[in-house]
Amino acid sequence: MKAKFLVPLFLFLVLVGFLAFGLGLNPREVPSPLIDKPAPAFSLARLDQPEQRFSIDEMRGQVWLLNVWASWCVACRQEHPVLVDLARRNLVPIVGLNYKEVRGDGAIDARGMALEVETAQAISRARGWLKAHGDPYQLSVLDIDGRVGIDFGVYGVPETFLIDRDGRIRYKHIGPVTPDNLQKVLLPKIEELKRAG
Amino acid sequence: MRVKSVFARRIGLSLLLSAVLGGGGVAFADDAAQVAVPVVANPELEAEVMELSHKLRCLVCQNQSIAESNAPLAVDLRDQVREQLEAGKSKDDVLEYLVERYGDFVLYEPPFKTTTLLLWGGPAALLVGGAGWLAFRLRRRQAEAAQQARLTDAERDRARALLAGAAPVAADAPSAEEPRS
Repeated sequence: MKAKFLVPLFLFLVLVGFLAFGLGLNPREVPSPLIDKPAPAFSLARLDQPEQRFSIDEMRGQVWLLNVWASWCVACRQEHPVLVDLARRNLVPIVGLNYKEVRGDGAIDARGMALEVETAQAISRARGWLKAHGDPYQLSVLDIDGRVGIDFGVYGVPETFLIDRDGRIRYKHIGPVTPDNLQKVLLPKIEELKRAG
Repeated sequence: MRVKSVFARRIGLSLLLSAVLGGGGVAFADDAAQVAVPVVANPELEAEVMELSHKLRCLVCQNQSIAESNAPLAVDLRDQVREQLEAGKSKDDVLEYLVERYGDFVLYEPPFKTTTLLLWGGPAALLVGGAGWLAFRLRRRQAEAAQQARLTDAERDRARALLAGAAPVAADAPSAEEPRS
């Protein structure tokens, strides 16, 4: 009964606890509803051979990464060496989803641009960028209008999806992959999925 | 000087014109209004798109709806909403399509389900609980006050004597009879 005056203080501390926890969360990291769901099916033109199309069924039976990138994306440049290094280790195939290469670039007004013109421009820009910075991708596909991106719930580039042998999305990394992320989160998850299969 | 004269002539001409034509100014305003009307193929559909867009959060600038935001993704999502409504999908279908991809976070109004029970029910529970507690406290205080207001027989006798002006006032000269504190 004597400690009754401590009740408001206790309530205050509980509130502080909640707020401190909330402050530590990253509002940019929106949990994806696609985790543990089958990756959305798509069929897109390949960057290396635009006349050929790639669909995710080709990756069935493999644990792989789908990395969303674009040459105008500054953070992609930051994560790129990490991906190049990962590719060199031959641990996991990486497929690149080139996201709105032309119309995503704020410096270009792509409205009214014919699709063929835009595609041609996207191919030359993307190829040039990979030549300059290294190509960690088994292959890249062109998502010119960002529709496949929407299917994957992409809202910021870069994003990286870890997909299992059955074609299910098991993990999503938002933002650039750092060496630390790779070592502590991605690689253990990849190992786990490979063993599980 | 020449400039000035040209200017004066122009004013004179326009005055003359407006005097002659009379309603000319009004006609001009009508033309302007026609130009300013946004060119939308289907205003009804556009209204629906905007209504729905106001309910959807832009994931890039998270404090704006996709109707307000100019982020490229917001434009893409607006186009998606328009396209799907055009294709005859219901509003709920379109919302579900986006929730499937971006999660409940894309909705400005969180849905009512078990994980959001506290969010939706919390304020009401707090209100009811607080009102209940307040009522309980008020009733108890009233009971306590009533309890304290009751006088013993001796006190009542003294009060009666005081009111009659017979007994000495306690504050001036404490009587043998100690007042109950």
